[in-house]
Amino acid sequence: MYQLGNLVKELSDKHGRARESLMPILQGIVEKHNYLTDEAMVEVAKELDISAAEVYGTASFYTFLDTQVRGKYVIRVCKTITCSMKGKGEIIQTLEDMLKIKVGETTSDRQFSLIETNCIGWCHKAPAMLINEMPYTELTPEKVVEIIKGYMQKK
Amino acid sequence: MENKGLNKVDLIFEKIDPKEVLTKAYKISPDAIIQQILDSGLKGRGGAGFPTGLKWKYTAAVKEPDKYVVCNADEGEPGTFKDREILDRVAYKVYGGMVIAGKAIGAKKGIVYLRGEYRFLLPQLMKELDSFHKMIKQIGYDFNISYCMGSGAYICGEESALFESIEGGRGEPRNKPPYPTTSGVFNKPTSINNVETLVTAMMILTHGPESYSQLGTKDSRGSKVFSISGDTPTPGIFELELGMSVQEFVNEFGDGDTKAVQVGGASGFCVPRKKFGNTIIGFEGVPTGGSMKLFNSSRSMYNVLHNYLDFFAEESCGQCTPCRVGCQQLLKGVEKVKKGEVKSTYLNELMKLADTMKVASKCGLGQSVGNAFRTIVENFREEIIY
Repeated sequence: MYQLGNLVKELSDKHGRARESLMPILQGIVEKHNYLTDEAMVEVAKELDISAAEVYGTASFYTFLDTQVRGKYVIRVCKTITCSMKGKGEIIQTLEDMLKIKVGETTSDRQFSLIETNCIGWCHKAPAMLINEMPYTELTPEKVVEIIKGYMQKK
Repeated sequence: MENKGLNKVDLIFEKIDPKEVLTKAYKISPDAIIQQILDSGLKGRGGAGFPTGLKWKYTAAVKEPDKYVVCNADEGEPGTFKDREILDRVAYKVYGGMVIAGKAIGAKKGIVYLRGEYRFLLPQLMKELDSFHKMIKQIGYDFNISYCMGSGAYICGEESALFESIEGGRGEPRNKPPYPTTSGVFNKPTSINNVETLVTAMMILTHGPESYSQLGTKDSRGSKVFSISGDTPTPGIFELELGMSVQEFVNEFGDGDTKAVQVGGASGFCVPRKKFGNTIIGFEGVPTGGSMKLFNSSRSMYNVLHNYLDFFAEESCGQCTPCRVGCQQLLKGVEKVKKGEVKSTYLNELMKLADTMKVASKCGLGQSVGNAFRTIVENFREEIIY
């Protein structure tokens, strides 16, 4: 859970309150709070004067609009064929060992979530992953350890 | 069968003065622009290959003050990453192509739909867009481009799903007709073009349709940016003239042990070694939106097929039954065959299912799952079974 405050209002002022403003508003909430709570979706529905089911229907369609708890840093490891061939398994193993979570889980301090994702467009530099919006490519277990250490220090 | 061999080309990333080209385009009529694109023979570069000039012509013909140019930058096909590179390196040419399309069809608004996975590019793209807007205003254009971000859904690369997403809904494809040319985004006439198509259109205006149409073959004019990955010593982006055989491609990019090339991504076709020589990369042979994946003999084609089916089962929007259930059943089916839970002849039943999906699915996703399925199962049957 997080405190929404005036975020929905601010985002609606920025993007408008038409139906096509829905995606940018939801994206804005996720950017700040990493996932969408039921309360956030109800708040958006009120602000846009549409049903909460419509908001949930849209949000749940998109993998980046998470409706379940996600950490501050969402790690998405590409699992499509080239990344799979080039060592995705090792990368996942390294991340699981380091963060002490399995794929699909979030660390208890709510800092990291680890998930697998479909092709992110870095096949020529496989294996690849996204941490929030930043891509990291040509990964090795050693490289992954360094990257995650960097994020841990950021906290 | 026309065969042009393997030739590297430098059009898409070539440095040009956009102001000069757009000033030239400003002075010619919409009809003349459309004629140039028609003459060039350009077909859409996203994969489906609809003639761009015709798309513009149909959209231009609709009498309606409010029209849109939409740039499809929802590059999600596994193995494709050329649009990211194009936006990263020559975004001004993408914007330029949109302005030209706008002039051709009579639109004042452009929307770039960028996949969420490429969001990190946005700050830089917006900065370039600001200066681009200033430049075209100086020339006299009344055209405005905005960005719309995707949020991780492969299906939104399908044009009508993309419109639904822009409008704030679930990215579920619409029934066609009506086609986008009459009823696209916000139900207005829309020309939706791939990133590379728009850049190519700008280059056709730069160099003229004659020089462009000399590249490629009768069915596949011009050049194409290929995204090359897999078992290759030189993965990356290469612009090549259309009309080469898979063999010529493999000679250049293979690792000496290539057993198959997946042309066109997960929704494309698998070409086995024995067919390299007589298969042309292009609309007369195997079409591609640019994705080229090479597999050497150390790879299991079962794993490749399983990975693709898993991808489709996740990315199917679930709206129509043939695709939703079909993707899941194909995936479960090959798993059962592999485990020996069913006879290998079960693959024939799955093949029928894939064929049914081709005719019964609502959009290109479900219709093309059978491409990879059929070509992998037919050519590597023993690898699927044992």
